[in-house]
Amino acid sequence: MNQDTRLSLTVNGEEREIEIDPRATLVDALRDRVGLTGTKKGCDRGECGACTVLVDGRRVLSCLTLAVTVGGAEITTIEGLAGEDGEPHPVQRAFLESDAFQCGFCTPGQVLSAVGCIAEGHAGSPDEIREWMSGNLCRCAAYPQIVAAVSKAAVR
Amino acid sequence: MRTFDYTRVRGLEETLAALGEPGTQPIAGGTELVNWLKEGIEEPRRLVDINRLPLRDVGFADGVLRIGALARMSDVAADEIVAARFPVLAQSLLLAASAQLRNMASIGGNLMQRTRCPYFRADTAVPCNKRAEGSGCSALHGDTGAAAIFGWSDRCVATHPSDLAVALAALDAVVVVRGERSERRIPASEFIRLPGDEPLRHNELRAGELITAVEVPGGAERSYYLKVRERASYEFAVVSVAAVVRAEGGTLTGVRLALGGVAHRPWRLTAAESALVGVDLGDTTALRSALAASFTEARPLAGNEYKVTLAQRAAVRAIQEAAA
Amino acid sequence: MTTEGLVRPDGPAKLTGAARYAADVPAESALAAALVSATVPNGRLAELDAAEARDCPGVAAVLTRADLPTLAELPSPPLGYPALPLQAEEIHYEGEPIAIVLAETLEQAQYAASRVRATYTGVREPIAFGEAEDVVPHSGHVLGGTDEEKGDAGAGLAEAHVTVTATYTTADRHHSPIEPSATLAWWEGEQLVLHSSVQSVAVAQQTMAALFSLPPEHVRVVCPFTGGGFGAKGYVWPHLPLAAAAAKVSGRPVRLVMTRAQMFTLSGHQPATRQTVSLGATRDGRLTALRHDSVNASGRAVDYLENTTHSSTWLYASPAIETRMRVQRVDRPGPTPMRAPHEGPGMFALESAMDELAYELGIDPVELRLRNEPDVDPMTGLPFSSRRLVECLREGAERFGWAERSPEPRSMREGNDLVGWGVAAATMDTFRAPSSAKVRIGADGRIVVETGMQEIGTGLPAMVQAVVAETLGCDPGDVEVRHGDSGFPPHAGTMGSMSAMGLGSAVQAAAREVLAKLDGRQGQPLAGLLAESGLTELEAEGRWSPEEDALAAGRSARYSMHTYGAIFAEVRVDADFGVVRLSRAVTRYAAGRILNPLAAHSQLTGGFAWGYGQALLEHSDVDPVLGRFVSKNLAGYLLPANADLPDLDAAFVEDDDRFANPLGAKGIGELGAVGVAAAIANAVFHATGRRVRNLPIRLATVLSEP
Repeated sequence: MNQDTRLSLTVNGEEREIEIDPRATLVDALRDRVGLTGTKKGCDRGECGACTVLVDGRRVLSCLTLAVTVGGAEITTIEGLAGEDGEPHPVQRAFLESDAFQCGFCTPGQVLSAVGCIAEGHAGSPDEIREWMSGNLCRCAAYPQIVAAVSKAAVR
Repeated sequence: MRTFDYTRVRGLEETLAALGEPGTQPIAGGTELVNWLKEGIEEPRRLVDINRLPLRDVGFADGVLRIGALARMSDVAADEIVAARFPVLAQSLLLAASAQLRNMASIGGNLMQRTRCPYFRADTAVPCNKRAEGSGCSALHGDTGAAAIFGWSDRCVATHPSDLAVALAALDAVVVVRGERSERRIPASEFIRLPGDEPLRHNELRAGELITAVEVPGGAERSYYLKVRERASYEFAVVSVAAVVRAEGGTLTGVRLALGGVAHRPWRLTAAESALVGVDLGDTTALRSALAASFTEARPLAGNEYKVTLAQRAAVRAIQEAAA
Repeated sequence: MTTEGLVRPDGPAKLTGAARYAADVPAESALAAALVSATVPNGRLAELDAAEARDCPGVAAVLTRADLPTLAELPSPPLGYPALPLQAEEIHYEGEPIAIVLAETLEQAQYAASRVRATYTGVREPIAFGEAEDVVPHSGHVLGGTDEEKGDAGAGLAEAHVTVTATYTTADRHHSPIEPSATLAWWEGEQLVLHSSVQSVAVAQQTMAALFSLPPEHVRVVCPFTGGGFGAKGYVWPHLPLAAAAAKVSGRPVRLVMTRAQMFTLSGHQPATRQTVSLGATRDGRLTALRHDSVNASGRAVDYLENTTHSSTWLYASPAIETRMRVQRVDRPGPTPMRAPHEGPGMFALESAMDELAYELGIDPVELRLRNEPDVDPMTGLPFSSRRLVECLREGAERFGWAERSPEPRSMREGNDLVGWGVAAATMDTFRAPSSAKVRIGADGRIVVETGMQEIGTGLPAMVQAVVAETLGCDPGDVEVRHGDSGFPPHAGTMGSMSAMGLGSAVQAAAREVLAKLDGRQGQPLAGLLAESGLTELEAEGRWSPEEDALAAGRSARYSMHTYGAIFAEVRVDADFGVVRLSRAVTRYAAGRILNPLAAHSQLTGGFAWGYGQALLEHSDVDPVLGRFVSKNLAGYLLPANADLPDLDAAFVEDDDRFANPLGAKGIGELGAVGVAAAIANAVFHATGRRVRNLPIRLATVLSEP
């Protein structure tokens, strides 16, 4: 039995028509239906931030977003962050230079959260960055390096 | 997660008609509902996506702040009037959850949150009267460290998790709800229910009703939200206090206080509020003894006596910070 | 020590989403798997009703015990828990899988799994830690002896001028890597292919071959990237055999990804410990006796030993030392090593007791440690291969400004905050294991290294580049590192802080072999050398193993071989609320030669956060009636968040241990997590006068009267 419905998703500027189970969360839709596995599922309950993506420019958790609710919205994932010429986004560059990741699993979420954090104007000081990046857990605890990377990217 | 039909609605009448159908749930930010669906706490037949309803405005008129139920936590916290005239409200929002969740979660949805009691949130069904009526309360024999000290029953000792609700209770706010036939105005301090004999009834919203707005009277420039927690961020409160004060020459002339983390609803300290009038703000001992008036009815469990002390000390600090 | 150095070659893939973790690997026609778990901690499965689940849309199969092949019996280790799920009716622990649902999509599989009904018989009230008998453990988790003794500790305590005896507890904790364990399995005839999130493709390959009675070469395990492990992916846990068995039965690839809740029962935990330390000392602070007793919780069918007392045998000079370790077999899932095992919980007890002794004696806690610095290993009499604890303590104290400390508790206050400074030593045993790697030179001079090692965040690809560059005199960027496939030369595993030593030495040997074959010298252009030799390609394999007489886990039989460190922490405790916040910390470590300063620094600050979590946040409680971990999620089980940690001043002192391996390096992955909890607890005592002997330090405890 097929319970899927059709959905139009705009991911990284590209509009895609997919068949989707209304139960599918955005993280599962991106990974299983669109084939973009850069968005990670860490807890599936909104408790770790690994699945952070941008929806219409705002950072949100894709594990608590039903895919059907974002039909028509602009979704940005880690795969869509680099410039058109493949030039890394300033946040990606800063993460590399500051060694702001270890195992890399929370990293896509950290990077997109950092993009949101800077865009919101919450990257003014190390303490502000610590608080506004606390929704992204890093078990390797690259936190000091993440703070340094966000500071660096914010001034670029 | 059981499958469901999904519909988008655009108008309030259409929404209320849809919600009148049994097995229908509204979805806004989804930060709570999606978790309930995943745990099987709720199994609706139909989800109604209310995000396109025109209920996102935040405005101040005729001495009342009106917040649309679909306004996002981050947007309300960043609103200039809210930040300037209702600091306790902005603070309660900014100390809650994480930046991502605040971007998603709506004001109405925030008030619909259910307890974070670990037994209620368990991955497999364990005895919990808030999950299955009559199944028992596992917290009573288990970890009571996070349990209530006020207003619990032998059916349920959970606390409610909303920071916003605590601030709204201290602000004497009103939750505006609409049903198909009528509108009701429920005091924010009573919207979330104590468990009593009906722990399955989490709040006062009736089947088919929708929160449309929250209204906050007057201004509360001297106000403060204090949240005590062990992790420095992204954690629910162990204990929290919302304080709204008036003072003249260092003496309290009016206080409104609500506690979070101590009961299954924001706990107003009405007895203490009276006793605090006339007390010198710098006199911590006097503040503490005035507060004690509201703690005679505290009933701590074996693991949470500390909350009685902690809550009183937090209240003193919040009053002083609000007045500062 | 600077943090300038090598940028991780794996960085671009991780920062763009291109790095593929186990759950990311695409597979045409793969079935999604969801597990049904036991809701009781013991007893037997009476009935399993899967009728409704089988009728759910998209369901291909619901597999129960009758459907699965019988697997060979193996102990723990290499299994995480020796009894595998779906092999018997007995329930070994709450959360044990009792059925596997296979469906076309994850949503369908998860819903159908929620529709399987089970009943149980013979369920009795669970036995909790503290209620069972202390027993001598028998398993491969016992490293060295459970009981060690030198001199007469009883007499040493009796003749001491001052004694301290106290009991300390550490909590059950969960690894909680952000990547849940996952396996994608399929069969190609008799060949089993596994893409799995593991800390050792070699252990997974060997163990899975044994379980399914296959020759190892019939099992291929692929894992280039592991999204954190910290011990949870070291041994073989149920997702591997269950995915493989389900793929065999269904005839289709099966993808099994653990839910976060399942990570709390199906990938181990660090078990709670209860430890009693007695110290005796002369009035001038010289130890006369050290006694350390420890017991930890383990599962009913597994003797996991937290080897807590070992470090008490080598850290301080004492004429009498007596240590003893036991376990309790109780109702719970299986424990397993977790960053940092053994010394992680053990040093909290010893280093708290040293602080208590310092206060009893009125001697500065740094000075007390310096006065008990041994010349040789106090228990074995063996020489130290390298030991720079004194340098760590002195350099750390200097940097922290320790001399300014006012020793009296509650003597430093700023506003509402009670300020406290605490110190503790850190030490870790040096485990070593064999490793191998292949170095290949192409005609264009490109260098490729292949190794079974997986990249788990420790920066090994950059380390490999550095060692090759140093040996051949080339640019690190010229070296391509391919990793994480059982088809590559085997590496023991990214666990036990062993990888840099073993892999680095193996890579160095391979690179030297390349030079020898080309009759070349370091720095000569390789393409030219190759052309001169008339070759288009050249490869060499290097291996390294600990010396033949090495003990279990590669520990040295000839030297007392360990790593060391000193932790200085400043806490601020809200006087009214008991909330503890860390405001600054200085750490200094001695861990042999540091091969990759940038990644090493990140390892140590990361390790510090693990100690912070142990000290102030992390506890998994077992419900006394339900026999289950109460909060199987990351809102109830708190990991440190970004806002918890201040800037950390972490660095190494000069060290080089040529007895450990040819590179002079030692392990750092776990060292950073040791001693932090004691330093913080000691700082909390200094701030508040409240001695907290139970981890984590909760505000309720700090608030309560002693």
